[in-house]
Amino acid sequence: MSTIKIRATHKDGITTVKALINHPMETGLRKDKKTDKPIPAHFIQEVNCTANGKNVLQANWGTAISKNPYLSFKLKGTNPGDQISLSWKDNLGNTDSASSAIK
Amino acid sequence: MNSQRRLLLKGSCATAALGTALAAGLITPRHVMAANLSSAFSAASVEDVINNMFAGQTRLTSSQVQIKAPDIAENGAVVPVTVETDLADVETITLLVNNNATPLVASYTFSADAEPYVSTRIKMGKTSGVEAIVKAGGKLYTASKEVKVTIGGCGG
Repeated sequence: MSTIKIRATHKDGITTVKALINHPMETGLRKDKKTDKPIPAHFIQEVNCTANGKNVLQANWGTAISKNPYLSFKLKGTNPGDQISLSWKDNLGNTDSASSAIK
Repeated sequence: MNSQRRLLLKGSCATAALGTALAAGLITPRHVMAANLSSAFSAASVEDVINNMFAGQTRLTSSQVQIKAPDIAENGAVVPVTVETDLADVETITLLVNNNATPLVASYTFSADAEPYVSTRIKMGKTSGVEAIVKAGGKLYTASKEVKVTIGGCGG
């Protein structure tokens, strides 16, 4: 199952994209309470968003983005039916992507 | 075997030189952006972040940059923040939390098709100013907002 939930809605010429990603976003500073060992950092570093295959937004994230990140942005020059896609890459090299048509 | 060792030495020297150049802000082309940012993300003060990302450029406080965040955040692990601006030619929006161990939270790069608007949720260790830096037309504009945190969201 995809880790990304994405929804794009069009209103008055502006498309609002909302996305939720399932990810632990570990800072590397927390300790495991039982073993007292630090939990290694595991966080998304890069998020890329495209509209009809064209890059529209690139996000570079640090560890201070909350667990299960939420991201919302707005686009102009897009129409209902256009494909919005989002992909992420974390510091361990994992990636995922999802896309959705604008409603 | 010896020649391999030489090669390795040479390689590491070149990498070190690049790192120094980056730290000095001498070269900031797009393709080394990622390397540049990783040091900005580990920088421990706001000034270091600014030096790293924007070569120490001065930032102007602007009422055209709007930052929306709660006055009091009960849980520092999830603080919703929205940044919006009326400025034209916005290239990047950068989010900082002044009192976090590493102040840089995120940096967003916009294309011409994206509205200068971004909303996300961030972690805050303690009560702090949240600052948004907007790079528009080569200049830096900033706005900040104080957020009171009752339970910190960094570490455990």
